[in-house]
Amino acid sequence: MTAGLMAGTFADTAGTLRSWRVWNLLAVQDIRQRYRRSMLGPFWFTLSALVSIGALALVYTHIFKIPIERYLPFISTGFILWGFLSSLIVESCGVFTSSEGIIKQINLPFGVHVMRMAWRNLIVLAHNSVALVVILALMGVNPGWNGLLVVPGLILALVTALSLGYLLGTLSARFRDIPPIVGSLMQVLFYVTPVIWTPDLLKERPILLAGNPLYHYLEILRAPLLGQTAPPSSWMAACGMTAALLLIASLFFARFRTRIAFWL
Amino acid sequence: MGHIIARDVVLDFPVYNSLNRSFKNTVLRATTGGQIASDSGRHVHVRSLDHLNFSFAAGERVGLVGHNGSGKTTLLRALSGVYTPTGGDLTVKGRVTSLLDISLGLDPDATGHENILLRGIMMGMTPREVAAKANEIAEFTDLGDYLSMPLRTYSSGMQMRLAFAVSTCVDADILLMDEWLSVGDADFQERATERLKRLVDRTPILVLASHAPDFVASVCTRLIELSHGRIVADRPIEQQAA
Repeated sequence: MTAGLMAGTFADTAGTLRSWRVWNLLAVQDIRQRYRRSMLGPFWFTLSALVSIGALALVYTHIFKIPIERYLPFISTGFILWGFLSSLIVESCGVFTSSEGIIKQINLPFGVHVMRMAWRNLIVLAHNSVALVVILALMGVNPGWNGLLVVPGLILALVTALSLGYLLGTLSARFRDIPPIVGSLMQVLFYVTPVIWTPDLLKERPILLAGNPLYHYLEILRAPLLGQTAPPSSWMAACGMTAALLLIASLFFARFRTRIAFWL
Repeated sequence: MGHIIARDVVLDFPVYNSLNRSFKNTVLRATTGGQIASDSGRHVHVRSLDHLNFSFAAGERVGLVGHNGSGKTTLLRALSGVYTPTGGDLTVKGRVTSLLDISLGLDPDATGHENILLRGIMMGMTPREVAAKANEIAEFTDLGDYLSMPLRTYSSGMQMRLAFAVSTCVDADILLMDEWLSVGDADFQERATERLKRLVDRTPILVLASHAPDFVASVCTRLIELSHGRIVADRPIEQQAA
């Protein structure tokens, strides 16, 4: 029985990789549908990020008394990366419920719906990073070789997002209260994670940072882009969480994969 | 070549509602003696397929008949791999194409040509395979210049023509159909029927759920009647002399 469940899970994963055309198409289609017939198209992502960042920078540079040439790069990377991470988590909940029509009609690997979510967010991030590159260049921030560390950071974030997609997506199909719970949790996390405010403002209570899982992911992505190195503790925390989530999600998905269609 | 073997296939549907609902049931069960099956007294189950045994070999045209709710569509979905049986053993070998919902994957804002590609990829074709068949599909729809317009500008009949043309261009070992597809105006219907017949002729196994016994008799070689998820009749159909 257990061997059968694992074999089915491997087949699902292999099928997902083979069906890359399907999730690529669905993800691109998701984005096209949002901006169909608009002039800027997906560059609305870029523009709306620029407007938010501009407004935040204008006000908070005074509140925190940080010079704009230091604050603007910080807030722009933080804001765009937070948007990426939080929509990966929030949209993880809906990977199966929002594809109910497809799941009940054709036999696609379940991973297709998870990859669709991750790939879609990566495309949005690519559009937003245009804004980021412009701001960093204007502010004279050159990440240098440290910038390359953003690649392993992205890989960790994406593996975590895929694990969450399998885990939260399956849970949300069965328990419809999960998505609103995750949604409100993310709102709270936005305030307690150093996105707008800098981590050194919380020097006296380091546990409030170390205990926040999203802080570590944000830090390993943001520091390289600003030409800094993230603390080793954040790398270790992120690696540990990624591995743990991957393990939990694999076992969980193997156990409940064949039930998902019944829960929709 | 495909084949399908079912041994003791059982499919139980869990029915989830609000907490209130299952609580109410718990109370009611005490007074009514319990009609609805439940596991460990927590969830309501509906048994959609009840110990089915059959095997379909290449060349068979199976007609599924039965009342609403007798399990026809559920069986088709189990055969297509959407639902995994909760008991027994179901082996399906071969490429399965299901024509349960032919408009799945169409995007109203994309043009006809784009939708041919979209629908084709959803059905498991590669862009190259779609491209090879695109002309034939476009020609069959008879939509002409409309194919360069967004799908939402089409009438519902025209949308179905497009969906039908793409969905029926695939080659499979097993074809699943919920009612014989019939689309478009009188003239198109005739061509559509012909196209569908050609598809059925080149597909080794056909499983067709239908409410029209006469039609089943004219297309199928075997008839299975379902009632409350059980097979109540399974017999060959004498081919009528044409």
